[in-house]
This record gives sequence, structure tokens and C-alpha cells, in this order.
Amino acid sequence: MKKILISLAVLALTATSVQAGPEEDRMAFINYYKGKFPSVPDNEYANGVYAIDPVGRENWEAIEEFPPYEPFIDAGQEMWEKPFANGKGYKDCFPKGPAIAHLYPHWDKEQKMVMTLPLALNHCREANGEKPLKYKKGSINNILSYIAFQSRGNRVDVKVPQDDPGAVAAYEDGKKFYFTRRGQLNFSCANCHLQNTGLKVRTEILSPTVGHVTHWPVYRSKWGTVGTLHRRFTGCNKNIRAKPMKAQGEQYRNLEYFLSYMSNGQELNGPGARK
Amino acid sequence: MIKQFRFLSVFVLAVTVIWLTGCSDKPSDDKKASESPPSKTEQMAPKASVSDEKPATTAIQKPAEYAADPVVVAAGKAIAVGRSQGNCLACHMMEDGASPGNIGPPLLAMKARYPDKAKLRAQIWDATAANPESAMVPFGRLKILTDDEIDKVVEYIWTL
Ligand code: HEC
Ligand code: HEC
Repeated sequence: MKKILISLAVLALTATSVQAGPEEDRMAFINYYKGKFPSVPDNEYANGVYAIDPVGRENWEAIEEFPPYEPFIDAGQEMWEKPFANGKGYKDCFPKGPAIAHLYPHWDKEQKMVMTLPLALNHCREANGEKPLKYKKGSINNILSYIAFQSRGNRVDVKVPQDDPGAVAAYEDGKKFYFTRRGQLNFSCANCHLQNTGLKVRTEILSPTVGHVTHWPVYRSKWGTVGTLHRRFTGCNKNIRAKPMKAQGEQYRNLEYFLSYMSNGQELNGPGARK
Repeated sequence: MIKQFRFLSVFVLAVTVIWLTGCSDKPSDDKKASESPPSKTEQMAPKASVSDEKPATTAIQKPAEYAADPVVVAAGKAIAVGRSQGNCLACHMMEDGASPGNIGPPLLAMKARYPDKAKLRAQIWDATAANPESAMVPFGRLKILTDDEIDKVVEYIWTL
């Protein structure tokens, strides 16, 4: 297993230095995709698979004319503005306003963990005596849609403080998850979204990892509704007959941390619409 | 599960019927294949003398070196294209199979490219043995398909 991990890492990370930090990793990803898709401009990756699939893109652009996620943004705005039973609201927890998606995920020094936006939203609720929302389906997607929409135009800007061993370890853990083969079908995320990006599994073209986090939550035709990034992780894990991890558990949060760093500099353009 | 079981029993039944009625005179694995010439002549001699027997014509139509058993090939094809079993189409173009992926190469001219059937079988049993980075599912090693199922898939793939 270790050997496979390392060999895949070598495939991806052409950095010559032994101690490849997050920035070297990111550059290796970018350069790898550049080699694969020389005509795709850097800022296109935020559009996911549509950056590299001209046929799917036409369909997608037609869908974006009447965005299927719009009602969820409206419902989310209501949530944002409606006070909790105790009279306080999200506004009190997040004084910077709703345009905050680019501030997540981040390393929380005090709690020594990767803090994601859904987790922060639920912490706010619980601190105010409200029940937490579910992390994959349901109304968490409404408020996330509103925040995503308000955050459009900001850029992914994840930091891994190198002087904090906890943060570095969380990043490395997420990276390891990404490169580890799992499930009965023996796939790593990298097998599909790095090694075989641009090729097809049946009719599905595999998207690049850079750009994976920019547009959540996503309205998926297959779901018939909007769903969270961790719901998507669950789906990709199930497809390879692997046991999915807990949404917002440590493993998926660390994975999100790594994945988000790979998208640094990309523009946030959520909510998104996908097949 | 039930479907698979039903399929299997139909298959077993079909094989038995064919075996009993004697319309398949072809050996089903490599070892027998190597001894097939003598057994074939042996079989054909009595058949030719018994006037009401029909298989003489089928025997003539089959290629001399090897003839795939159509029942085994059909079973192998069902496993190869089935989404819950081989699902080879997820990654490979095969004949006119619907919506094939292209992660792996098209499966074409296999007999010419894999004269050694054991090598073909090894690729399907565990592609990562030859290429540790292979994205191809190690069907045998991870027990996604049984040895018997892989044998049938090999028979089918070899006809492509
Ligand atoms: C067997 C192949 C396969 C594996 C392994 C796999 N995925 Fe996917 N993934 C897909 C396909 C197919 C899609 C849908 C098309 C696309 O956007 O790539 C997808 C979509 C996604 C998306 C949504 C992209 C978007 O723009 O909305 C994310 C995020 C994602 N995968 C992450 C992961 C992660 C993280 C892992 C590992 C835990 C993983 N995938 C493993 C096949 C795979
Ligand atoms: C997830 C993708 C995937 C699936 C599913 C898959 N393969 Fe493959 N296959 C590959 C790749 C990639 C290669 C290229 C060589 C390698 O990496 O091992 C390959 C190579 C092969 C080869 C060698 C082809 C050649 O040109 O030499 C054969 C034969 C083959 N596969 C048969 C099968 C069969 C039979 C199945 C289903 C039972 C199957 N494959 C399922 C990905 C896949």
C-alpha cells in the first residue's frame, strides 16, 4: 500500500524536493493538468468537468440559464435572516455577513481541527440552543446555497500554517486519503480524478481535482436537489464499494482541507449544477 | 443475488443439456485443448458411421485449432457487460456494447495479441501485478469475480 501511495505521489508530484509542501503539491497538480489540457486556461477549472468537456458544457450552460438551485438560495436567505428561538441568529455568529465561503475550510488553532463551513454553521446553532442540521441532505443546503451565492467572486484561499504541526498533519492526512486505494474495486480518488481525468467511465467524463470545491452545494440532476460536498464524497466512495466515512467526520474534513488547497486561487462560483 | 443464482442454474442446466445431447464436442480448457486433435478424430470416426447423428457438420465448421463453446462465451459476455459484475464496459470498448468508457484500451483482436490465454487471464485476475498503477480493478485478487467467472470472461474476451 505504501509503495502504491508513493508511486502515485511521484506520478503526480514532480517536485524535485523531498519535502513537498502544500504549495509544491498544488503546483504539481496544476502542471500535470496543464500538460494534459494545454488549451484550458487556469481559471476554467472552477467549472469542473465542463472545463474539459465541450459537449457537456453546452448542456450545462443551457441549464444555468434557469438555475435549478435558485429556490434553495431564496430559502437560505430566509434562514439567514430569521432569528433563532432565543432571538439571536446566524448574523450574530458570523458578523462578517453571508459572503464567507472563502474563509473555509481553515485550521482552527484552538480546537486543533479543520473547521468547515457546515460545521461552523451547526456550532452556531447549537450555541444558541438549536438542533444541528444534517450534513448531507436537507435544509443545510439552503443556507449553504445562500452563502455560496453571496460569496461568488471570492477566491479559494486555504492556508496550512507550516508552524503548526496539527495543521500540517491534517493536510497530510487528507492527501493520504486522496491517494489511498480503497473499496472492493480498489480505487483511490487519484485513480479517477488525476490519473484518468478527461477519460470516461461509461459516459461520465472524469473531472480534475483542481476545481472540485469551488461550487458547493451542487444541484445534481441525479439527486433532483442540492447536496453537500461530503454527500458527493460519500457517493464516490460508494461507487467503488468502499464504506463511506462520516460526513463532517475528521477524515472527510481533512480530505476537504487537502482538496481545497489544490483549488487555491480558483474563483468561488457556487451553488453549482451538475449531471 | 437471486438473479445471479437463477442465471447460474439456467446456465448449468444448459451446459448439462448440451453435454448430454452431445452437440458440444469441444474441450473447455487449455489442457484438454492440447490433446484435442486425437480426441476429435476419435469422436468424428464413430459419428460419421452413425447415420442419424447431426454434429458432424458443426465439427467441420469450427476452426481447427480451437473453437469456443458458444454457451461459455455467452455466459462470459453476460458477466463482462453486466454492471454489477465485470462491468468491463465502464472502461473498455467491446464490440457494440452500450456507452463504453475509455479508461482502458478497446478490447480488440485479443486472440492475436494474447496468443497465451494465461496472460490474458492474469491481466483480468490482477492488472496491478503487471502495472502497480493500473486503474483496472483486480477482479480475481479482490474476489469481485470467482475463478470460474473469470474463466468464462476470458473465453469471451478471447473471441473479440
Ligand atoms: C471510479 C471513479 C471515481 C473515484 C474512485 C472517485 N470519483 Fe469522484 N467522481 C467520479 C465521477 C464519474 C464523477 C462525476 C463526473 C465528474 O464531475 O468528475 C465524480 C465527481 C466528483 C466530484 C464532483 C465534481 C463536481 O464538479 O461537482 C467530487 C468533488 C469528487 N468526485 C471527489 C472525489 C473524491 C474526493 C474521491 C475519493 C474519495 C473520488 N471522487 C473518487 C468518479 C470517481
Ligand atoms: C476501471 C477501469 C477498468 C475496468 C472496470 C476494466 N479494465 Fe481492463 N484495463 C483498464 C486499463 C487502464 C488497462 C490498461 C492496462 C493497465 O493499466 O493494466 C486495461 C487493460 C485491459 C486488458 C489488456 C488490454 C491490452 O490492450 O493489452 C484487458 C484484456 C482487459 N483490460 C480486460 C478487462 C476485462 C475483461 C474487464 C472486466 C471484467 C476489465 N478489463 C475491466 C481499465 C479497466
